[in-house]
Amino acid sequence: MPILVNDRPVFVPDDARVSLLDLLRDRLELFGTKKGCNQGACGACTVLLDGERVLSCLTLAAQCEGRAVVTVEGLAADGALHPLQQAFIDHDGFQCGYCTPGQICSAIGMAAEAARGMPSVVTADLEATDILLDRDELRERMSGNLCRCGAHNGIIDAIGEVFRGPESAGGAPR
Amino acid sequence: MSLLDTVRDAAGRLTGHPEPGAVPDPLIGKPGAIGRSLPRIDGPRKVRGAARFAAEVPADGLLYAAVAYSAIARGRIAFLDTTAAERAPGVVLVMDHRNAPRLKPPALFMTKPQAAGASDLPIMQDDSIHWNGEAVAVVLAHTQEQAEHAAALVRATYEEAPATLDFEAAKRRSRHPDSVMGEKPVLEQGDAERALADAPVSVDLIFRTPRHSHAAIEPHAVTAWWEDGALVLHDATQVLNGVRWTLADMFGIAEDRVRVLSPFVGGGFGGKGSLWSHQVLAAAAAKLAGRPVRLNLSREGVFRLAGGRTPTEQRVALGAREDGTLLSLIHTGCVAMTPHNNCPEQFTFPARHLYRADAIRLEQSVADMDMLANTFMRAPGESVGTFALECALDELAEKLSLDPIELRRRLEPERDPTSGHEFSSRHLLRCFEMGAERFGWHRRAPTPGTRREGEWQIGLGVATATYPYQRMPGGAARIVLNRDGRAVVSMASHEMGMGTATAQSQAAADRLGLPVEDVTFEYGDTSLPAGTIAGGSSQTASIAAAVAAAAAVLATELLKLAGNDSPLAGLGVDEVEMRDGGIGAREQPDRHERYDSILRRAGRDELVADAKAPPPRELKRWSMHSFGAQFCEVRVSAVTGEVRVSRFLGAFDCGRILNPRTAASQFRGGIIMGLGLALTEETQFDPRSGRIMNPSLAEYHVPVHMDVPPIEVVWTEQPDPRAPLGARGIGEIGITGVGAAVANAVYNATGRRIRDLPITPDKLL
Repeated sequence: MPILVNDRPVFVPDDARVSLLDLLRDRLELFGTKKGCNQGACGACTVLLDGERVLSCLTLAAQCEGRAVVTVEGLAADGALHPLQQAFIDHDGFQCGYCTPGQICSAIGMAAEAARGMPSVVTADLEATDILLDRDELRERMSGNLCRCGAHNGIIDAIGEVFRGPESAGGAPR
Repeated sequence: MSLLDTVRDAAGRLTGHPEPGAVPDPLIGKPGAIGRSLPRIDGPRKVRGAARFAAEVPADGLLYAAVAYSAIARGRIAFLDTTAAERAPGVVLVMDHRNAPRLKPPALFMTKPQAAGASDLPIMQDDSIHWNGEAVAVVLAHTQEQAEHAAALVRATYEEAPATLDFEAAKRRSRHPDSVMGEKPVLEQGDAERALADAPVSVDLIFRTPRHSHAAIEPHAVTAWWEDGALVLHDATQVLNGVRWTLADMFGIAEDRVRVLSPFVGGGFGGKGSLWSHQVLAAAAAKLAGRPVRLNLSREGVFRLAGGRTPTEQRVALGAREDGTLLSLIHTGCVAMTPHNNCPEQFTFPARHLYRADAIRLEQSVADMDMLANTFMRAPGESVGTFALECALDELAEKLSLDPIELRRRLEPERDPTSGHEFSSRHLLRCFEMGAERFGWHRRAPTPGTRREGEWQIGLGVATATYPYQRMPGGAARIVLNRDGRAVVSMASHEMGMGTATAQSQAAADRLGLPVEDVTFEYGDTSLPAGTIAGGSSQTASIAAAVAAAAAVLATELLKLAGNDSPLAGLGVDEVEMRDGGIGAREQPDRHERYDSILRRAGRDELVADAKAPPPRELKRWSMHSFGAQFCEVRVSAVTGEVRVSRFLGAFDCGRILNPRTAASQFRGGIIMGLGLALTEETQFDPRSGRIMNPSLAEYHVPVHMDVPPIEVVWTEQPDPRAPLGARGIGEIGITGVGAAVANAVYNATGRRIRDLPITPDKLL
């Protein structure tokens, strides 16, 4: 069974050591997914595997057989931008742009987790089915994605706008 | 005024640079694209993952590289066995000191105009080892997996030599460096020690800061190949022309036989501002293999091969009168360095320019250690120097029962305290006023440890931020004006997230009198006119000065082309300005001709103007610095000692702000790195082995989302009349003062003074 990468079938590589990240970058030339540490510490390689966010550096390609992978290149049709991609531009949620694809994929997976009622360490009511993604929830849930340029405020503003609505985004001033 | 001065000033009206800085840039105060919050030009590419970084350049027959690192700090390789690696599947070759191409040592940064070596140690030329983690072999294979497996099979044994690995011990044999970034290591005005002893109020304190790592999320990476004896290097660098010149010198080829490209850099912060060994190794391995090579350093590799900020031990002693005015200001100390590099972490620089004092004594020493060369990291010197100086001022203010802002008001100098030069523009006190009002500074409890909510102790702190204005020599720009009236401006400059292309398109649009949509800014390639280092917060001014010079050449050429059939006929270059898509006579709105009209009439498809920026002589005539006030609120758990930064505000005086959106991100980015400096960041160096113990982003703790509160930034918007565009750089000032603002807030919350960074919970319990 092939791996479905952005709706395209891809054969599982012969070498069992190949990570999903290296499959994407070295073999498929899908360079949008970034290698920041290759050890699960930075989140730059985050992609969606069957809709859930995973660290592609810690995921073997062989584990993805028969499953659907969506990378930053697959978030929107050619030429278009996913609303979150647009929000990152609007809120200047990046500088160098290297952690950005991982932040965006991670946020999409994060919102799905919250929608499923998955609590975080700052969720007050663990049984709540309707989790409000306030600023602390977003900051906590996105803390696995490092940014060294310091675009954190813009990233949280962008995610808040898309997944919670602009009226409650509570953006950083100026 | 002499005739020559008159001529220069006339030319200066157009270019802003007769004698640099003598006449304010005519773009100051002129409405246009500058000052607009335009979104980043490269934004869509970055959010799509379509920006191509150095490790992402395809090449036919590409080989992947992996590095084997030394396990000792000093000595020689006694035995190196690469046979298992060579026989491993997929391996094409193993390079070590026995088969590496013969190369000159890199020319050390600042020893030649374009020298960019982080160290002048030879690279893989013999069996000697100089630091723990130095590359001993490079493996090339068909895949990254194969290369890394084979690198693990390289076997080395060593003959160890005694090494200096303990900063405490090395300090006892410290020396004065020849210079501290061009300044003398010792500066004395009056007898500061005597004045300190006689002062009615004084503090005399020791501060320590650890090693730091830039920790850019993009690891250093190159993709390199050779074509007919010429090198093409796709690099992640902040110093394109320096890498080119230094590599050409090492390989013994002409400079124009090396092309370096770096259109996107995934964060630099100084860490990519030098030529390190990995670029040389990749180029050498590609030459040896005769095939393209990609060397994408692992995260561990970044810590082993690319240096960071060095540790400091600083003494700040302040002697004051009862009214707070300073009788004595002493700032001395020592940092770790190597005999092979020259980055003495200029921590005394803030004290040279910030405050009035009757007597001043500044001294910097270095302690030689056997370690990877340290290097500049965001605000080298100023970041850690302001920690010591601004904490000491806070302690003095308390002794004097003065508000810390009031103390700084009383120390405000008329002129630069050490050079005696006039300040080009200084609005530090305005920063404190703006910040205090917006931050609610009046709510600070003067007595520490008195505000509490449950387990959380709450405190406010403040500190001065400062960073020098710098403009680098050697830059050049080209303007190509097309027949349709659009312009392409180019210079081999850098984009690591600062928004270079965006802000420079805005600046060039105003310079040329064009709408910003009609200007394209090209950068990131040494085939363009020479750029200067993206370091020292200098790049904006360096580019602007070169573009202004090229615009003056362009105007001269346009007037020649316009000829006698133009409304411009008879006008000299000193009588015109570039406006409304063309050239017009000053103060005669109707006398104007558009660029497309001039070119079409002359039958030209394009007009090209090249010029070099004038040398940065404004730096010699004025004291040019940026300033700021950093305000911090912390909550400190009385139970765990955990420090949470709950609010932060930076107020900055950096001249004109070109793009408020990207500028705010630069300021915030610096502040956030400062939060890491204050609270979490430390590269741990084993004093027994000389090995970095936490070469990982799991163990080197940069601030994460949960550590970053909403950060407010404001600015004075006072243009600097001596700087191109009226703008001073903004990339580094954000980190300065943050360590002290946090530490002072922690004191206000808890009554505990922490003088050793980072302020980890164990130090507060």
